[in-house]
Amino acid sequence: MTMETFLQQLINGLSLGSLYALIAIGYTMVYGILRLINFAHGDIFMMAAYFTYFGIAVFFLPWYVTFIITVGLTMLLGVTIERVAYRPLREAPKTSLLISAIGVSFLLENVATYLFSGKPQAFPEFPLLTTPFFIGGLSIQPVSIVIPIVAFVLMTALLFIINKTKVGMAMRAVAVDYDTAKLMGIKINGVISSTFAIGSALAAVGAILWCMKYPSVLPLMGVVPGLKCFIAAVIGGIGNVKGAVLGGLILGFSEVLMVAFFPALTGYRDAIAFVILIVILLFLPNGLLGKKQVEKV
Amino acid sequence: MNETQRNLGTYLKDHWKTIVFLGIVLLGIGLADIFVDSYLRRLLNLCAIYVIVSLAMNLVNGFTGQFSLGQAGFMAIGAYTVAVLTVPIESRAAIFYLEPMAPFLANIQLPFIVALILGGFMSTAVAFLIGSPCLRLRGDYLAIATLGFSEIIRIVFTNTQSITNGALGIKSIPTISSLWWTFGIALIIIIATILLINSSYGRAFKSIREDEIAAEAMGVALFKTKMTSFLIGAFFTGVGGGLFAALLGTVDPKQFYFTLTYNFLLIIVLGGMGSISGTIIASFVVTLGQEALRFLDEPMAFGLDLPIFRPGLRMVVFSFLLMAIVLFYRKGLMGTNELTWDFIADKYHSIKQALSKNKTSVEGGDKK
Repeated sequence: MTMETFLQQLINGLSLGSLYALIAIGYTMVYGILRLINFAHGDIFMMAAYFTYFGIAVFFLPWYVTFIITVGLTMLLGVTIERVAYRPLREAPKTSLLISAIGVSFLLENVATYLFSGKPQAFPEFPLLTTPFFIGGLSIQPVSIVIPIVAFVLMTALLFIINKTKVGMAMRAVAVDYDTAKLMGIKINGVISSTFAIGSALAAVGAILWCMKYPSVLPLMGVVPGLKCFIAAVIGGIGNVKGAVLGGLILGFSEVLMVAFFPALTGYRDAIAFVILIVILLFLPNGLLGKKQVEKV
Repeated sequence: MNETQRNLGTYLKDHWKTIVFLGIVLLGIGLADIFVDSYLRRLLNLCAIYVIVSLAMNLVNGFTGQFSLGQAGFMAIGAYTVAVLTVPIESRAAIFYLEPMAPFLANIQLPFIVALILGGFMSTAVAFLIGSPCLRLRGDYLAIATLGFSEIIRIVFTNTQSITNGALGIKSIPTISSLWWTFGIALIIIIATILLINSSYGRAFKSIREDEIAAEAMGVALFKTKMTSFLIGAFFTGVGGGLFAALLGTVDPKQFYFTLTYNFLLIIVLGGMGSISGTIIASFVVTLGQEALRFLDEPMAFGLDLPIFRPGLRMVVFSFLLMAIVLFYRKGLMGTNELTWDFIADKYHSIKQALSKNKTSVEGGDKK
């Protein structure tokens, strides 16, 4: 392998990893607050991709209008899901909540298959973003650069929200101790809704960027990214936003580099994430940046 | 001798209703086996397989409280073991036309029952490998790790072309048509599960479900007990998968996508997490219900030609039902109760009481 192909793969890994990171943040935020794997997150991502597809390819809206509508609708979807499927189970055992999340995911997939048919729909390409330019021997698609930049900007904004604003402080408080936060007069429902809104908005941006890179939408497109991004969140230490970013990047790089170095293993591409997950959980059950959790009796 | 005879006598006396019921069930299966047409036969076979796999899942998830989502993967192992080992040798060349079968397997053909049991053990062996890291995790992590493993198994089966024929799958597996295979094995597994649950192992399982830390403090070997439950569950699931392969006559990796697991999840949630009889009832309700809802996928033949009836609607309705059960009917049909004779008598009395109460209140109203 030449130096050039290696650099090329690094760029691919960076853009894939940033996409994973964007989606993983949604998982990590919800898990931090509700202690719930939001199985539906990957399907929220899928719905966002369809919103974009309809805006651009069916209704021919300008891209900036489409993006705003997509983000808005996705946030609405995320908040609605929380309101309808998770809030009534707030006092129920954790298992019920988890099953409800699986149910929502199953429902979204089936509704999408029913409404939009199971066939993949081709997404119009953005020549501006996909026509490669060359640096030395490297051919780079602009989108591969745009994704990490957008991801970086959004993450900075998110960290600002979490660390500097009132809502962010409330989120952190709820994540540390749900009951005490409630006693302190934090409006739990509002905080959880805003968490879902932010997580879904990031998933929406992730979906838009994903469609630029892989221009095709289908009802089950959210499943594999959803699982991988959850894994990314766990690798980084679930509940930790920086950890989710780190996990996403590790996953993106390892996937791209594995395919590049061992082309024979391409078929196992989707398995590597799970292998990493098991290894990490065996040696660092709380992830790379996670805090040790104390067992409560 | 006298002692045992007396014991047998009291046993028969205590359980005569159950024995009569079992007799009726066996007779029913026998009659169905003779008279039922092939479509209904296939459906009933599927019901029995779903009973097996859901019971296995309930053993781990409902009774032991370990949220495992690996069902599809374990089924795949059982199914592929049966498929690979029972496909007639002469038709193998035609099936494995892209890449010939691995030489160490090419000339092995086993009787169905041997392959089936072997499938169960293969699944148990893999469960052992998976269980040792995963069962140390708790709750949600276990769910995602087992889900991941079931996907890895599927990916591995897609890629090991010389053994599993990859994405093409294996066709012309000798099929079973008699109901006795599936229902017989289901009965054995039901009885085994009941015995297991009521043994000291079963009590250890339930204590882990209720409170892991307290169970450990009371001297339950946490990891070992979880592993026992997980391995037994995997064995049953593997056997269920093997029957599944023999019922359909064909296996391919797509059948074992992890959404298959959701079917079983729906069953144990509907039946009640921690109820054997609930699981059995729900297996039939869900399997037959899925079939009964099939009209939703077809254009309506009568009245207005509503465009809402088209492929996919059935699954939408189905997933709505799952959500409705989780949200409004969380305990499922049975909760953690069992459909025993006492339970039925209790219910009967309470219904009778409720009815007579209504009656008196109505009479009271009349007097006024």
